[in-house]
Amino acid sequence: MREVDLSIVGAGPAGLAAAIEGAKRGCSTVALDMNPRPGGQLIKQIHKFFGSREHHAGTRGIEIADTLLHEAESAGVEVLIGAEVYAIHDSILEVAQTFGGDSPPPLSGGATTSQSRPLSIEARQIVLATGGAENALNFPGWTLPGVMGAGAAQTMSNVWRVLPGERVLMVGAGNVGLIVSYQLLQAGAEIVAVIEAAPRIGGYGVHAAKIRRAGVPILTSHTVVRASGESRVEQAVIVKVDASWGTVPGSEEELDVDTICIAVGLRPNARLASLAGCKFDYSPSLGGWVPIHNTRMHTTVPGIYLAGDLSGIEEASTALEEGRLAGICAASSLSKGHVGDSEEIEAIEERLLSLRSGPFCQRLQDAKQKLIEIGEAQCPKE
Amino acid sequence: MSQGINVRGYLSQQELRNAPGYPSQERLARGPIVAIECIEEIPCNPCEQACPQHAIIIGKPITNRPYLDEDKCIGCGLCIPQCPGQAILLIDLTYSQGAASVAFPYEYLPLPKEGQTVRAVNRAGESVCSGTVIKVQNPKKNDQTPVVTVAVQRKYATEVRGILRSRGRESG
Repeated sequence: MREVDLSIVGAGPAGLAAAIEGAKRGCSTVALDMNPRPGGQLIKQIHKFFGSREHHAGTRGIEIADTLLHEAESAGVEVLIGAEVYAIHDSILEVAQTFGGDSPPPLSGGATTSQSRPLSIEARQIVLATGGAENALNFPGWTLPGVMGAGAAQTMSNVWRVLPGERVLMVGAGNVGLIVSYQLLQAGAEIVAVIEAAPRIGGYGVHAAKIRRAGVPILTSHTVVRASGESRVEQAVIVKVDASWGTVPGSEEELDVDTICIAVGLRPNARLASLAGCKFDYSPSLGGWVPIHNTRMHTTVPGIYLAGDLSGIEEASTALEEGRLAGICAASSLSKGHVGDSEEIEAIEERLLSLRSGPFCQRLQDAKQKLIEIGEAQCPKE
Repeated sequence: MSQGINVRGYLSQQELRNAPGYPSQERLARGPIVAIECIEEIPCNPCEQACPQHAIIIGKPITNRPYLDEDKCIGCGLCIPQCPGQAILLIDLTYSQGAASVAFPYEYLPLPKEGQTVRAVNRAGESVCSGTVIKVQNPKKNDQTPVVTVAVQRKYATEVRGILRSRGRESG
């Protein structure tokens, strides 16, 4: 049994930030990630980020991942890749490690193959930073090869350099749908259309404008009703949506596409938090069922913190700040806090407030506030 | 329902006129100046830091829309590749007799070549006129956001927002 002060589950922006702050304060820190490369979704983000200088604005996500990893290494964080946490009880994480260390990454398959190495880690404090998961959309033909999450298409294209298809229908005009459309255009695909069931484009106008001037139509008040094809997607049928979210008869249109990307939102990837016994609250603005947490990112289970999309779907910049907060608070609960941590925490809270300001974030900020209020009443103080 | 950016995906003429970062007709007529097509209150400010003339002001809160001080802007275009939203372009109505130049970020391969004749497109991606590529700049500090400048007939200058992408694939 390995024993550490701090174990982080998920080495994306939130997890790495938490690990860095913990390790900087003298915690022996292990960050676990089930993927072959740490960095979470950052390693797929080839576009420049919004924000301010503190949030790496103007820097491409993949470069932010490199910076964070470098910082984590210098701080003494041990990052284990190919390490899937499949159980959590008391303060013990049960891990199956398929690769990393001496083993090469497998060509396929998850962490539960016969070659996986079991590993138990007892951590005095745990930060869950397991991120988000894509929502699915069900329609006849949705199981055909070629129908995939927009995030999956982005992984194929930007991580593994495989173009998922030549002619793509993007379902959803939130930021994910708009950004992935742009990146697939850059990779050489044609985006036949971006459709959005709502009457308005959900993502930033500048992302929409980028693909519009590249000739991509964005059809609001439209949804997909059917995909068809012999052995993979060959056609998609889209239809107009009326003000009461019903489909408009006779408005069907058939599109020749070989790929349908689904970008209809994300939800917290909360299975591990649930296994750990965390209490949840339902918050549509934050992506669905979210583990309750307080201002210090502490869940309802003693010794378990959380950060990033798991605590409500937001941006990488907020994930970073929440991760820092969780790392500092976890270290301080082990009496390893730094002098000046309370000022640091105040500064982070101020930056979080500014990131959540503006009309795009009002609902989210309100939802987060409500969740934290519940957390203040229900979560252990330390 | 408004026919603006939230529905069509690009700015209407009215939205452009009201944008605090879009220059006046009078200032455009005087020579090179940037146009910041950013009208939503997004928490973002790299453009402010990119401008050596301090002509772009966001201030606090960070969700303020960028305001362009059109007397301070000298049209250097340094802000263009720094905008994560690719919302800034540089318009020079005085480029030559009859022609204007428009510079914009262009992150597609293959890159156009200087001297090449291209089709210029508007905000909706529709081909509006032909143009000649006069500059393709991609120094290290652009971090792989090349800036392409095309010369077009002056009357199309404020409509042009990019070029028709070449569908040709480069081998290797």
